[in-house]
Amino acid sequence: MRIDVNVFLGAYPFRRVPGTSPDTVLAALDRVGTDRAWVSHLPSLFWRDPMEGNPWLYETAAATPRFQPVPSVHPGLPRWEPALREAVERGAPAVRCDPTFHGIDPAGRELRLLAGACGGAAIPLLLAVRLEDGRQRHPNDRAPELPAAAVRGLVRADPRLRLVVTHADRGFVEEVHFGSTPEEAGRIWWDICWLWGPPEDHLATLLETVGADRFVFGSGMPLRIPEAGVAKLDLLDLSEADRAAIEHRNVERLVAR
Amino acid sequence: MFRRMLIDVHAHFYHDRTPRADWRARNASRLAAGERVGITVHVASILGSWGLTSPTYFPSPADLEYGNDALLALQREHPDRIRGYVAVNPNYPAHAAREIRRCLGRGMIGIKLAASRRADDPLLDPVAELAREHGVPVLHHVWQHRRRDWPGQEASDAVELCALAARHPRVNFLLAHIGGGGDWLHSLRAVRDVPNVYVDLSGSGVDGGMLEACLEAVGAERLLWGSDLTIDTGWAKLRYLAHLLAGTELELVRWRNAARIFPAGAFPSAD
Repeated sequence: MRIDVNVFLGAYPFRRVPGTSPDTVLAALDRVGTDRAWVSHLPSLFWRDPMEGNPWLYETAAATPRFQPVPSVHPGLPRWEPALREAVERGAPAVRCDPTFHGIDPAGRELRLLAGACGGAAIPLLLAVRLEDGRQRHPNDRAPELPAAAVRGLVRADPRLRLVVTHADRGFVEEVHFGSTPEEAGRIWWDICWLWGPPEDHLATLLETVGADRFVFGSGMPLRIPEAGVAKLDLLDLSEADRAAIEHRNVERLVAR
Repeated sequence: MFRRMLIDVHAHFYHDRTPRADWRARNASRLAAGERVGITVHVASILGSWGLTSPTYFPSPADLEYGNDALLALQREHPDRIRGYVAVNPNYPAHAAREIRRCLGRGMIGIKLAASRRADDPLLDPVAELAREHGVPVLHHVWQHRRRDWPGQEASDAVELCALAARHPRVNFLLAHIGGGGDWLHSLRAVRDVPNVYVDLSGSGVDGGMLEACLEAVGAERLLWGSDLTIDTGWAKLRYLAHLLAGTELELVRWRNAARIFPAGAFPSAD
């Protein structure tokens, strides 16, 4: 059993990416043996109102039981609360916010309000540190990467908040994890898509220092090939329990809380 | 046996005079992961002291000698598993020439340039000429589309490497780590019509669409498999390519292209 928490549907505005339709994403899931995917609507991350992509996302996910929708919420826009309520009512496993792409302060009042609302509604908030390597981004793709300080600030903003952070590298994970209390760090889950395997062994190191219970499987597909996450796990000497934790049990516990 | 060959054309090792206290663990991890992935030969370089006593991309002659010696020792220790590129700094032409002759004479099979000088600089011509004389390829560190100088290394990209390659049509050049950061689409446009530039697939980047673009630009005939700092991403790209390529084409990328451009006898297990 494997759940990928970091999957996009739809075109990317800054370069041609193959395999962005629901059918081709499903085929890619089959190819690598992933059972379910948390999916976000990629184009609307760049819209002035990203919540306008949510109806399509809900409709697509409803037609595809292996997809679980992770809709966008933009707390800088008026009346964002209904979008959050709808996500809860529709059973979304999480909502996402991409503040730097939306042009709002990732550590500001609006994000803290969203953090509080997610905590109150018992729905996890998903944040991406980046979508692409900063060295290759389109000249007009200038949104800053998510700062680690923002994640630390958000997890402190509401003691009920659970965060899923994708596309973080080792330094980012360590800075937030060890810059938080154990209670705070216990409310953050990290996907593995940006963590290096051997010979640098960043993921192996983090599994020892931070713990396998903090990591979930995420690929970032189709912006990244999903084979990367699987290869990374295949190169580790993981116990069955730890592999299952990363591939699905941690996610199941996260959404069950 | 041929079907299982896999040559990593872009590997690195460390030694005791680098900033890495964990250098032994990193070397061991590369070899262990290589076993698991099925890497037959790691073709590796050591960039001087990796920053301890001279900058990684501007290594001093003394550091280069120490690093090259460490790699020669690894090559002796793992004769079936490790082959070396001699790393040189073209800002020291006489030293570079001596070091190339010394290390190729001791069994290294290629030359590594770390962007200590722009790839199209005339100071690289004597290095390329020695590569031709000895029949070895040159692996050149580049960033894919360098728009400006960054601290720590000279700007150098595929357009500049292709200019060097055009001046030396009998030398094969490896454009380093297409997945190593930067605008790989820019690089692929540059190398498309330059037959003596091969694309090394290494690097941590696993962008969707990158491998398709590589195949579209240079075909399977000019792709070389490699890992650089992340064997996991290399393995992922190999798995993905298995869905894009027929078996014979995949063999080109896995090892046959490498066996063709490195000196005869460089990979005994392929003979």
